Amino acid sequence: MDLTYTPEEQAFRADVRAFLADNLDARTSEKVRLGQELTKAEMEGWHATLNARGWLAQNWPRSHGGAEWSAVQRHIFEEEAARAHAPRIVPFGLSMLAPVLMKFGSEAQQNQWLPRILSGEDWWCQGYSEPGAGSDLASLKTRAVRDGDHYVVNGQKAWTTLGQHANMIFCLVRTDPDCKPQEGISFLLIDMNTPGIEVRPVVLLDGTPEVNEVFFDDVRVPVENLVGEENKGWTYAKYLLTHERTNIAGVGFSSAGLDSVKRIARAANHNGRPLIENPHFAARLAKVEIELMALSTSNLRILAAAGAGRAPGVEASMLKVKGTEIRQEINDLARRAVGSYALPFASESLEGSNQPLPDPYDAGAVTGTYFNNRKISIFGGANEVQKNIISKIALGGRT
Amino acid sequence: MNFDLSDTRQMLSDTLRRFLADKYDTGLRNALVEDPRGYSEEIWASFAELGVIGALFSEDAGGFGGEGGDLAVVFEELGRAGVVEPLLDTAVLAGSLIADLGNDSQRALIEEVIAGSAHLALAHGEPEARYDLSCVTTTATTDGGQIRLNGRKGVVMNAEAADYLIVSAREAGGSYDAEGISLFVVPAEAPGLHLMGYGLAAGGRAAEVTLENVTLPETVRLGASGAALPALEAAQARAIVAQMAETLGAMHTACEMTQDYLMTRKQFGKPLGTFQALQHRVAEMLIEMEQARSAVINAAGHLTSDDRDKQISAAKALMGQVGRRIAEESIQMHGGIAMTQEYELAHIAKRIVLADHRFGDADTHLERFIQLAVA
Repeated sequence: MDLTYTPEEQAFRADVRAFLADNLDARTSEKVRLGQELTKAEMEGWHATLNARGWLAQNWPRSHGGAEWSAVQRHIFEEEAARAHAPRIVPFGLSMLAPVLMKFGSEAQQNQWLPRILSGEDWWCQGYSEPGAGSDLASLKTRAVRDGDHYVVNGQKAWTTLGQHANMIFCLVRTDPDCKPQEGISFLLIDMNTPGIEVRPVVLLDGTPEVNEVFFDDVRVPVENLVGEENKGWTYAKYLLTHERTNIAGVGFSSAGLDSVKRIARAANHNGRPLIENPHFAARLAKVEIELMALSTSNLRILAAAGAGRAPGVEASMLKVKGTEIRQEINDLARRAVGSYALPFASESLEGSNQPLPDPYDAGAVTGTYFNNRKISIFGGANEVQKNIISKIALGGRT
Repeated sequence: MNFDLSDTRQMLSDTLRRFLADKYDTGLRNALVEDPRGYSEEIWASFAELGVIGALFSEDAGGFGGEGGDLAVVFEELGRAGVVEPLLDTAVLAGSLIADLGNDSQRALIEEVIAGSAHLALAHGEPEARYDLSCVTTTATTDGGQIRLNGRKGVVMNAEAADYLIVSAREAGGSYDAEGISLFVVPAEAPGLHLMGYGLAAGGRAAEVTLENVTLPETVRLGASGAALPALEAAQARAIVAQMAETLGAMHTACEMTQDYLMTRKQFGKPLGTFQALQHRVAEMLIEMEQARSAVINAAGHLTSDDRDKQISAAKALMGQVGRRIAEESIQMHGGIAMTQEYELAHIAKRIVLADHRFGDADTHLERFIQLAVA
């Protein structure tokens, strides 16, 4: 066992830090720090910057133009990027779809879609959840019926994050309604500009239009856009979910969030002293920092095992549960730290809302972030579902 | 002991609940949250007409209630429906101070408040004060029968709608001294009074208030010079009781909605509420809510007792903790739907959580409870 970083890893950290200092646009970084919404152009710009350095597709093999980083390298980048308030890498094409195409897609599909993910030509979104299929994803109803060399798709997807920016969507659709729910699902790639698709924005409780409903009305999709075999989509989706979870611990976000809380609590005043010296607040802060120190090591342990070829199973679920709890606790502390300045709110839809809100601690949208991040224990398999996975494996077979 | 509501309070509660069930839906309220005024004048007029405002003042002040129990009954109903109209600020906070300290001509203002024709705001908290009531750096100087005010007040609720702002300012002592704080009834149109208004995440509006050589006749003074802190503490205690009752009402709605949703929403072929993991969490929410109800009753019943501050802090510390849990659990057990702005629970949850950001959060009151309990 060795908890120190190798000289190569330390050099890599220095590289990442220098790269961020030289290439991360100050205005974009400030928006990320203050929890403000980024424009599509700002997100695309960051992707292009990383791609130019060869650091966009961090977990892809070099043969596909990826960086093929080790678990430790990914961890270092995540930590440095979060501390520098870099935009998050939009994961849908890069770390959700791409691994599925590499594993199950045809060569033609790989050649067609992977380079366009790197170049930013396509913006992918995820069509999994439906109004009636949340935790119970396998109950999805969006129907695809074969008609000649096309599938005809009808139905509705829900909670499509950043779907308003997307030109492509990867969907789970039902191709066989007469078997076990998991067995009749297929994985389709759909062009969002196809006639019959309608995207409706949904405003979240913090006022941001972040997710969408996507409606399909007789949408014709060429059969060559089927990934793998018909009715095997559930297998691919489960594979994708394990990849969705490789960054699920959110250690970088939490570290950056904790730094930010400390900065606010040094600036904020409580009975004439800095809030950070208040024993009640300090105890809350210390407890979550202690949890985060342990989580960071859990994350590295599990990533190291994954790198050695052992697929993360139940451990990924553990990281998701603990990681989201810690992040939400940090968001709670940030809101708590600003006192009554947690109350002001700029509504997107209110005219004249461009005027700045009072923010004496330069804390940004801490209330919005607290409420918005209630989602992280709901999406990607709610924490309750993760606990079911953990307990099923922990207790199964012990009769 | 008797925990039943009196006939008058029961009637008030029933009337208000019916009125709100009929008139105050999610669509109306969410429109008000984004409205540049922040509340509905029509609803406000109805509150006056129904006697809701009068119930918040004692007979002595021209009302017909004003006790802790009256505040609790009214505000629990307001909280259930997620009402954003600024009753707390106009009638409880500022109203209490005028009723408590005002001379006859100042107390005439209460009549207008009860009739629904006047709005008030308390401009006390300062950007640096956090939740410390004694932290006042705004100054008042007297010069030839004139009062001159200078300073800055932060997150002043209802400031834009208010016809009068009750402004606290220091006439003696250092920034955190208990002695030396005075109150002044400042008309909204006073020269040198500047407001920068904004909406609030949980509804209503507030403003950053700047006083720049606001010069007024000595008659604007409310109460004795330099001795306002005890009255501010008493008004805040009343406001805490009202706000906790409101939060209790909101928690009730959150629990009801969660119970309904769990028995309606089906996943894995059965209602979510048939999963034991969720059943136990609902049970825990309800246990916590009963604790919260008792804490509010304790606080409301001790508003005029010597034990007031300890009871208030005990209740506010508990409410902060229970509120967060109920709001977060309600959202989590609903799942995605509760994350959407147009769903009623989104507003209700924000109300519950953000209640902890007024009048001292759970930690602040835990700290004060410890001090009072040790003393």
